[in-house]
Amino acid sequence: MTATPRLPVTLSVNGETRTLTLDPRVTLLDALREHLLLTGTKKGCDQGQCGACTVLVNGRRINSCLSLAVMHEGDEISTIEGLGTPEALHPMQAAFIEHDGFQCGYCTPGQILSSLSVIEEIRAGVPSHVTGDLEAPIPLSDAEIRERMSGNLCRCAAYPNIMAAIRDYLGEGA
Amino acid sequence: MKPFSYERVASPGEAVEAAAARPGARFIAGGTNLLDLMKLGIEAPQHLIDVNRLGLDTIEPTAEGGLRIGALVRNADLAADRRVRRDYAVLARALVSGASGQLRNKATTAGNLMQRTRCPYFYNTDMPCNKRRPGSGCAAIGGLTHNLAVLGVSDACIATHPSDMCVALRALDATVETVGAGGRARSIPIAAFHRLPGDRPDIETALEPGELITAVTLPAPLGGVQLYRKVRERASYAFANLTVALVAEEGQIVRLAFGGLAAKPWRVEVAEGGDDADLAADLALAGATPTEDNAYKLPLARRTLKATLAQATEVRS
Repeated sequence: MTATPRLPVTLSVNGETRTLTLDPRVTLLDALREHLLLTGTKKGCDQGQCGACTVLVNGRRINSCLSLAVMHEGDEISTIEGLGTPEALHPMQAAFIEHDGFQCGYCTPGQILSSLSVIEEIRAGVPSHVTGDLEAPIPLSDAEIRERMSGNLCRCAAYPNIMAAIRDYLGEGA
Repeated sequence: MKPFSYERVASPGEAVEAAAARPGARFIAGGTNLLDLMKLGIEAPQHLIDVNRLGLDTIEPTAEGGLRIGALVRNADLAADRRVRRDYAVLARALVSGASGQLRNKATTAGNLMQRTRCPYFYNTDMPCNKRRPGSGCAAIGGLTHNLAVLGVSDACIATHPSDMCVALRALDATVETVGAGGRARSIPIAAFHRLPGDRPDIETALEPGELITAVTLPAPLGGVQLYRKVRERASYAFANLTVALVAEEGQIVRLAFGGLAAKPWRVEVAEGGDDADLAADLALAGATPTEDNAYKLPLARRTLKATLAQATEVRS
């Protein structure tokens, strides 16, 4: 096996510039967890099916397990650690706690980042599989939210409480 | 993943030069399919050429009244484009019926064209597969075939093409624009882009080694009612059992293509111009070679087409 040359990459992670030198095989997920010790982003399936590794890249949600860190030179990465702290929770984090939007909590960082993205995507007019009229404003309906959350699996099946948390957040803070 | 070297290129010209210099290199854009396959050892390129910064990420009108979609336009952005939603609804609906929000934010137009099959035997590296290891045999034939192809199969492969987007592009008669060695540009009609397996199921497209997709062009809008119906085993985020892409006008079929039935989108030109779903299904499914496990796809295709044509007629009235 030939050694793979390591490559430098500079990311902005939660507003901080971080420079790493990485094997090109390192995924964005492993760069965050193993190299920057930001373990809030979770490794579930590691193949883009579960959504536990969801992060925002330049404001858009992606699966960090299916992206190489070296492909993100200069990108702005936002993880759950950048959203709120135990002392100053983001309103969506508070809503998940209020409504028990989890049991084991492993999928929760991904669920929370996706929830916020889903609301933004609906407001930006990005259609979904359940959108009726493709040219009309899209309603923030339960059907739209559920469909758009389908890339985030919850083994504990906390789905009804996740929906309740998102609805509460929309009622309170949006 | 097997070790690989990585380079970032800044123009299509640089990309094809880099590919010519490194036979066996692969282009990477979204990476949502390629990296998954690399993790499983199904793909093992020695060199990756990152084409994300080529600037091919805009959607421009063409002189013919159509749209030119840059190869790097993300699936979510293509579905959200106002012109696509208004004039090419079958494409917008196909795009949002595939994958998840996270994947659609990353996956590109060109990458979607290059998606590889989700045949379970292609994914199982302990079993023979003529796509994965040419000449090794096909474990799917005689295996568990419930979601494999019923049309256009060969003795070497019965896999289906997984894309939703490509079925809509086939219905719309899109053209794939490429640049190859020495900067030579080509336009490949979508009809000729994906290949049936024949005796070389490992060769899936008309692309030559090192050839780069730069854009997909859509002809002027067709109008009509444009629908995409996907039948799958979950309500969301699952590959299709089968799909129907339909453009209809006053109850008449203008364009018809099926997904999930073959190794390429299955356009049924011979049924276009008719208004009888049963006859169209007969024409579409003529020559089908189902197994016991996937024979359900034949009546399902018929009923799904009937329902979709009925819906198109209803929408109009």
